[in-house]
Amino acid sequence: MSNNLTVSNTTLVWGFGLVLVALVIGYREKLGINKDILIGVARAIVQLSIVGYILKFVIKTDDNWLTMACFVIIVINASWNAGKRGNGIPKAFRNSLLAISVGTVVTLGTLVWTGSIKFVPEQIVPVTGMIASNIMVAIGLCYRNMLQTFTDREQQVLEKLALGADIKLASIDILRDSIKSGMQPTIDSIKTLGLVSLPGMMSGLIFAGVDPVKAIKYQIMVTFMLLASTGLGSIISCYLGYREFYNQQKQLNSELLK
Amino acid sequence: MKNILEIKDLFYKVKDKEILKNINLEIEAGQYITFIGPSGSGKSTLMRIIASMITATSGEIIFDGKSLSSYDPTTYRQRVSYAFQQPTLFGKTVKDNLEFPFLVRGEEFDSKKTISALEMVNLDESYIDKSVNDISGGEKQRIALLRNLLFRPEILITDEVTTGLDTENKEIVHKMLTRFNEEENMTVLRVTHDESEIENSAKKITIKDGEIV
Repeated sequence: MSNNLTVSNTTLVWGFGLVLVALVIGYREKLGINKDILIGVARAIVQLSIVGYILKFVIKTDDNWLTMACFVIIVINASWNAGKRGNGIPKAFRNSLLAISVGTVVTLGTLVWTGSIKFVPEQIVPVTGMIASNIMVAIGLCYRNMLQTFTDREQQVLEKLALGADIKLASIDILRDSIKSGMQPTIDSIKTLGLVSLPGMMSGLIFAGVDPVKAIKYQIMVTFMLLASTGLGSIISCYLGYREFYNQQKQLNSELLK
Repeated sequence: MKNILEIKDLFYKVKDKEILKNINLEIEAGQYITFIGPSGSGKSTLMRIIASMITATSGEIIFDGKSLSSYDPTTYRQRVSYAFQQPTLFGKTVKDNLEFPFLVRGEEFDSKKTISALEMVNLDESYIDKSVNDISGGEKQRIALLRNLLFRPEILITDEVTTGLDTENKEIVHKMLTRFNEEENMTVLRVTHDESEIENSAKKITIKDGEIV
């Protein structure tokens, strides 16, 4: 299967020419992004090389504890990054950790339980990464939307509270919009699957020589998986997150919106 | 007459700035009090503290014999209702707004009660299904006030609610509040800069530089 994969160090060096294209554009158009491009490329090469060797070791060792450790590291890392996107929302890391943990465990557990994937490192580790990164992006969008809509609708929330509404009733529209914003990119990408893009998992399998008809089955499974996980992650992070906009006296924490 | 509200040694600070200083007040049930004073003197802040929208830095508020802090904030705000100067209407229709007080109390929407409430502010039944974008500023304020008044609060706080309204709308709002105050013994705390409203007030309290003068 791997006979078709012909990427070598030499071809990678030639491929680096494509980075030069981006650098030339950045230079000519005075975009001021060349430093970022170079740092990004260097980080990608170093990070992926390290991960490649680690995965090689984990897969070769085939130890359940080591697989679990990879799972935990991925989940914590994703939560850390999602938390940073909370932009000042208190307990954003803790809430993201809970949302990503539940979303990943439920989805991954279902896949293993139904026999869609096996509990072996070469399947668990990449699938965990796919799930956790998608929830991370979804939570980031949820937080951003929540901060923005609480700011935009501050007056409306205050009026609802003044009428005696509980914090959930005062925020329910914001909650719904935020959950939707977290799930929307996944739903949008599902609609164009196969028409616009051949997603990563499917492309990878086809690259490796797997029958495309078999590859789509995996992609359909991934689609279900991402829908469930972004849904779970969005709902948990939003329901935990909106409370942070209020204090103990059920007053809107206007400081957070400034 | 018993005191429905007592404010004792109340201070409110933002960072190092004292917005309210040593406020002491006793308000009897059924009083209609007008709070006056220059802009930025602390009137609205005091009203927001009484409405439990913000919390005083120190001091105590006693409502109906019990400290404000002993109430669940949502229950308290249903009994001490705060009306904003420039309210926003929720949702798409007038009904979405008038339904809200029922939703807050977990009750079914009562259209009969709502229609008779609309009539009190000179609006007829047809308004229920109107879009919030199709009503005038005065009608908007009257509908917003009905949200506060559909279930009678014991204290209604109006924070410059007639600012920007024409004479006719001001009169409608004034009549409605006077009626609830006189016939149903509802306590009204009103903040206003309107000369005629100040002139016609039986009881006035002036706040200047965060203090009652």
